[in-house]
Amino acid sequence: MITLGDYLLVSGVLFSIGFAGVMLRRNLIVILMSLELMLNAANLSLVAFSRFRFSPAGLPDYNAQVFVFFIITVAAAEVAVGLAIVVALFRARQTTDVKDISHLRF
Amino acid sequence: MSPFLFWVFALLMLIFGAAVVVNRNPVASALSLVVSFLGLAALFMSLDAYFVGIIQVLVYAGAVMVLFLFIIMLLNLQAEERRQINWLTAAGSIGVALILLIQICFVIGHFQAAQQTFPPLPRSTTDDVWNIGALLFRNYNLPFQIIGVLVLVATMGVVLLSKREPR
Repeated sequence: MITLGDYLLVSGVLFSIGFAGVMLRRNLIVILMSLELMLNAANLSLVAFSRFRFSPAGLPDYNAQVFVFFIITVAAAEVAVGLAIVVALFRARQTTDVKDISHLRF
Repeated sequence: MSPFLFWVFALLMLIFGAAVVVNRNPVASALSLVVSFLGLAALFMSLDAYFVGIIQVLVYAGAVMVLFLFIIMLLNLQAEERRQINWLTAAGSIGVALILLIQICFVIGHFQAAQQTFPPLPRSTTDDVWNIGALLFRNYNLPFQIIGVLVLVATMGVVLLSKREPR
């Protein structure tokens, strides 16, 4: 049978993949995608805990799923702002490579 | 969900998640991310979280990924030219990620509840939209409205950022 640990393990592997992507890649858009992978790994472990822990009424603990709902909303807002910044940066510098934008001046 | 289906969807999600990082072409990365999110939505469904699984497909695999693809097409990004890879940096970042993974495995191995299977639901629950909605409006009403303000501010910020300045 599938245990809670299996879901947590899959979630941990997905988080590590996203973490490696953030550090390995130099393209800003791919870095944003890797951030999405990490957020989704956290969502998976939250939903697994929600199914594992029962509320007194014998239902899954829906508090965690409300938390996942909030995370998805904030992630969507974060992606929109991040991509707008990438577009503005591309207009100014014609690049999306983090190696080319290492100076703190414009 | 049977263990076979769980491992099929988990491996699908992880393989395409790794393809996001490995692919050199941003369009291929974005499409791999869509498949990875669909596998994740199937895992949510296997945990009886139908509402979360459906908004995963609608919001992530739908809206967010279309946004990513539009931006990639708009900027007309090509595959990265083959720069020489800095092997020291690559080995360092993969090493740090591996250390993180080993630590997570260690924590899960020492977590007593992780060895238990999921308790069966006393009755089938397909009304989780009702339950989440009731909880959202009764217990989390203030955070819900703050999230609304956050989305409004993000929308205005995006409009302001992408507006061309008059010269």
